[in-house]
Amino acid sequence: MIPRHQTVLFVILLLASVIMGALLWNQLRRAHERLLRGQDAAPTQAPQVAPAEQATLMVANDADNSVQPRILTLPLPQNPEARARAVLGKLLDLYAAPDATHPIPGGASSIAQVFLVPIAESNGKASPTAPQLAVVNLTNAFAAGHPSGLETETLTILSICATLNANLPRVTQVRFLVDGQTRATLAGHADLTRTYLTDATAPTEGANP
Amino acid sequence: MAGTHRRPSLPGSLAAIFILFALLPAAAQTPPAPAPRFVVVLDAAHGGDDLGARLGNQAEKDYTLALSVKLRSLLMARGIAVVTTRESGADVDADRRAEIANRANAAACLNLHAALTSSKNGPAVHLFLSSLPPVAESRFPPLRQRPIAGGPGFVPWRTAQSAWITRSTALAGVLNSALTHTGITVTLGRTALPAIDSMACPAVAVEIALQRQTDAASADDAGFEAKVADALAAALVEWRADGGQFGVRRP
Repeated sequence: MIPRHQTVLFVILLLASVIMGALLWNQLRRAHERLLRGQDAAPTQAPQVAPAEQATLMVANDADNSVQPRILTLPLPQNPEARARAVLGKLLDLYAAPDATHPIPGGASSIAQVFLVPIAESNGKASPTAPQLAVVNLTNAFAAGHPSGLETETLTILSICATLNANLPRVTQVRFLVDGQTRATLAGHADLTRTYLTDATAPTEGANP
Repeated sequence: MAGTHRRPSLPGSLAAIFILFALLPAAAQTPPAPAPRFVVVLDAAHGGDDLGARLGNQAEKDYTLALSVKLRSLLMARGIAVVTTRESGADVDADRRAEIANRANAAACLNLHAALTSSKNGPAVHLFLSSLPPVAESRFPPLRQRPIAGGPGFVPWRTAQSAWITRSTALAGVLNSALTHTGITVTLGRTALPAIDSMACPAVAVEIALQRQTDAASADDAGFEAKVADALAAALVEWRADGGQFGVRRP
């Protein structure tokens, strides 16, 4: 014969198990509903990690062999190297768009890194306000996918140099690497072994009649 | 004795001496130097494994070679001496191209390229000068006044074109006028191109921008190429006619 108190305890525990099971099932259902509602309300834009600022992009145009300034508002990091990478990434995003005036595949991911190196003066020292050399490390995929031609390659180089100088005025010289290595030309024409001077990369005017 | 020695008369001697002195300067003169030849260097870009741009089913290296051959025929028919940097599909490196051009004592050097354009304006011609900054003439004295290599007249190989930028700009102007006059769209620019940076002559890179390949575009391009070749030949005839000084190797 089962003692009475054990029967009462068993019934209480059984009731507690049923109630807890019901609560858990209810919590699970509500959590699932919350998850579904959360997916519908997911942001379509990446959260901005930096305040938006105006940036000047020097955009190339194949039709008239020109490079024209375009002012956009972008979230720009405070770190100069990250800022340089961000503006160049936006420039290449414009070139990767379907209606680009200077179509190049690749987009922002084509800029692997940008390094800014102070240019030493004749005494071997570099002041905090010294001009800078920007080393732009492109991806091999970008170079391999770049259209081959004198005009298109030249415009890419000019627009990158001019955009860097427009947003980081201390950058007066630019060198290019591809996957961290020096490379003879971008896509068979434009020389990538030389140091480009940003003041010599002024836009050229078209000569259409 | 039957033979008598007759003394020459004084007036006769004076006349002979006068004639001798009158003729002496003419005899001492060296023959006039031949006028410098007007030579054009045609440099068909790429070659060998370096195919250049893809122009539909044709490589840029083949297109530029064919254009070089066509242009050479047109120029030679007009009495202009032509030196080409390559006559086959073989590769020629940039230094060798510049060496050929510099040895030719050229009055004009054309570096020929071709590409497909994304522009909706149709085919065009892009003229490019070296992006090297121009230097004053005094820094690079004329070759004929220079001492042997290594002296004060030494010209850095990779920036030899610096001393010729002004002349190259003038040549680009003549080419631009001729092409524009034919109704061809032309753009001008500067580029970093080792092949012309080392050339010690008026040098211009000429890029023929063709439309994306379609059947209609291919037919148009064949006519366009002939039109460009004619215009370039006419421009070089004008460049020669503009002055004999173009044949003199002086920046």
